[in-house]
Amino acid sequence: MSILGIVRIAMKSLLRNKTRTFLTMLGIIIGVAAVITMLAIGQGAKQIVEDQVNSMGTNVVMVSSNFSRSNVRQAAGEGNLLTIGDVNAIKNELDGVLYASPVYNSWGQLKFEGNNWRGSIMGVDSDYFFIREMDVSQGELFYSSDVENATKVCVIGKTVADNLFPDTNPIGKIMRIRNIPFTIRGVLVPKGQNVMGRDQDDIVVAPYTTVYQRLLGRHWRMMSIIVSAQSRDYIHILQQDILNLLQNRHPGTTAEEFIVNSQTELAETASRVSDTMTILLASIAGISLLVGGIGIMNIMLVSVTERVKEIGIRRAVGAGKRDVLLQFIIEAVAISLIGGLIGIALGVGAARLVGNAMNWSIAVTLWSVLLSVGFSMAIGIFFGWYPARKAANQNLIDALRYE
Amino acid sequence: MNDILLTTKSLSKVYEMGDIRVHALRHIDLEVIKGDFIAIMGASGSGKTTFMNLLGCLDKASSGEYILDGISVHDMDDEKLTQIRNQKIGYVFQSFYLLPRTTAIENVELPLLYCKKCSLHERHQRAMDALKTVGIEDRAKHFPNQLSGGQQQRVAIARAIVNNPSFILADEPTGNLDTRTSIEVMAVLQELHAQGKTVIMVTHEPDIAQYAHRHITFRDGKLIRDKENSSPKDAKTDLANLPKISEEEDE
Ligand SMILES: Nc1ncnc2c1ncn2[C@@H]1O[C@H](COP(=O)(O)OP(=O)(O)OP(=O)(O)O)[C@@H](O)[C@H]1O
Ligand SMILES: [Mg+2]
Repeated sequence: MSILGIVRIAMKSLLRNKTRTFLTMLGIIIGVAAVITMLAIGQGAKQIVEDQVNSMGTNVVMVSSNFSRSNVRQAAGEGNLLTIGDVNAIKNELDGVLYASPVYNSWGQLKFEGNNWRGSIMGVDSDYFFIREMDVSQGELFYSSDVENATKVCVIGKTVADNLFPDTNPIGKIMRIRNIPFTIRGVLVPKGQNVMGRDQDDIVVAPYTTVYQRLLGRHWRMMSIIVSAQSRDYIHILQQDILNLLQNRHPGTTAEEFIVNSQTELAETASRVSDTMTILLASIAGISLLVGGIGIMNIMLVSVTERVKEIGIRRAVGAGKRDVLLQFIIEAVAISLIGGLIGIALGVGAARLVGNAMNWSIAVTLWSVLLSVGFSMAIGIFFGWYPARKAANQNLIDALRYE
Repeated sequence: MNDILLTTKSLSKVYEMGDIRVHALRHIDLEVIKGDFIAIMGASGSGKTTFMNLLGCLDKASSGEYILDGISVHDMDDEKLTQIRNQKIGYVFQSFYLLPRTTAIENVELPLLYCKKCSLHERHQRAMDALKTVGIEDRAKHFPNQLSGGQQQRVAIARAIVNNPSFILADEPTGNLDTRTSIEVMAVLQELHAQGKTVIMVTHEPDIAQYAHRHITFRDGKLIRDKENSSPKDAKTDLANLPKISEEEDE
């Protein structure tokens, strides 16, 4: 009996038992499609989180004073511990520091001709742009000379530009921030939302000297410091160094009075969260695979009676054990293969669909395909082959009379 | 000695089911020469089917010897037995054993699928011829569950003869047929016998046994009688003499 002949017999048998064939395939299709989709979504979500974390600038350390710990001083009117001197000390005295910039945060009414907008205003050093990897899409940034001279210039985010200058080019225009005129130098490249969902483009950035002198109230001059390290590896050492430095520069303070955070920590937390999510999705996928597998198993076992009889009949009219076994294995492989392919197609399709709907870049991983197809095929082939082997080795009359 | 087809020597079959031992066959001694036409008779449960299964190389004896064409079946390996089943023996099962959801003609083609070189066209042709022989070619595309018991039986016979075997075993081939078709089937078997094939059939009906040349009777697993039928009936003649009424009733 030629292999080709047996393949033909197997295909005929599959077509003859359409329901059984379809149900078995369904188990494989569901298993494979679920695993591929779930893992792709998990991977996509993880990628999104990582991208967003990276968009905040990696190797960045944020320093601020801990208000809850410095109540006493605040009450005494000292308010903020940090000074421009601290910024310079961090920049000049510590190893591994690339840039450091003070950050003054403020809010205020923005006005241009008839348009109004309430926006967040940041007073920073020109180094801030390098720390946050910011650039302009139009116009230009401001420079250290602007900071030294406290010029009334600013760059604005896209959201601000869209709201205040819906029809005009904002570059060179004079906008009023709390009634103080600022010349717009540039519009920033959009960054989108951050991990917490805040619009990073709803922002006005101006030299900190200007902001300090013109916009901040006398008693509310809270400052934080943003520092970028030369490499991500230094971050933890740098955090400790900064803490030590600040304590030295402010005698009598404790470590609790300063908050020294790094984006790395945030990034690590975020990727831990997305890892958890991937594990969750993978578990769901694993369960689908198992359910699919049990489905395959069920159909195969339920049809055993009929199949054992079939094996008996075929053997009685002169089919060899090898012929019969081969037929059953070919049937199982064909079902698993076709089911696997449909499953891959559906899985990839579903992943794409979700990716498009959520605007994520979703990548189907090779190992999820291999894992799911491998598992389903193994189950399909085993449960096709094992009862067949048993039946083929059984006494022929017993097989014929099998109930 | 050359024309002996098979010999059984003290052939026995015991079915063991837990503590119970069923002696289905006890020490059967039989010699069948080529070209014989034997009818096996006996009460239900007397071991006829069991004996046929042994002769058809479908089952193995518990003890004793079965020599087919000079070779002990006991010593044959699986491959050899498969080949004998496929090429030498045509077996009509008491309960047909047709593949479900498989057309009559595909069922008949089955033995041809497993024999060497036989083209698709030739297979189809031979299966069709076999169906014609048993007079059921108009049901070729029907599934077993669309056929009456008698029609299924005829498909089973067609499958048994499709490989042109030299040795035909038929377990109650007329068990589900009316008188007329029973005689038609007998005519088919007599025709095959006339071509030189050896035929062994099981039957309950003495009338049907009359078409065979030798009568063997079983009782409780023992062979109790073995006698020649000196004047076997001719099925073709009987068919010609049969009143046509039954056919008119069919219409
Ligand atoms: N697989 C089996 N397991 C146990 N006992 C069996 C088996 N097959 C047959 N027997 C027993 O062997 C005896 C002979 O059975 P067999 O089928 O040969 O009878 P038979 O003469 O063909 O009967 P019938 O005319 O009803 O077909 C019976 O008592 C039966 O119960
Ligand atoms: Mg019987």
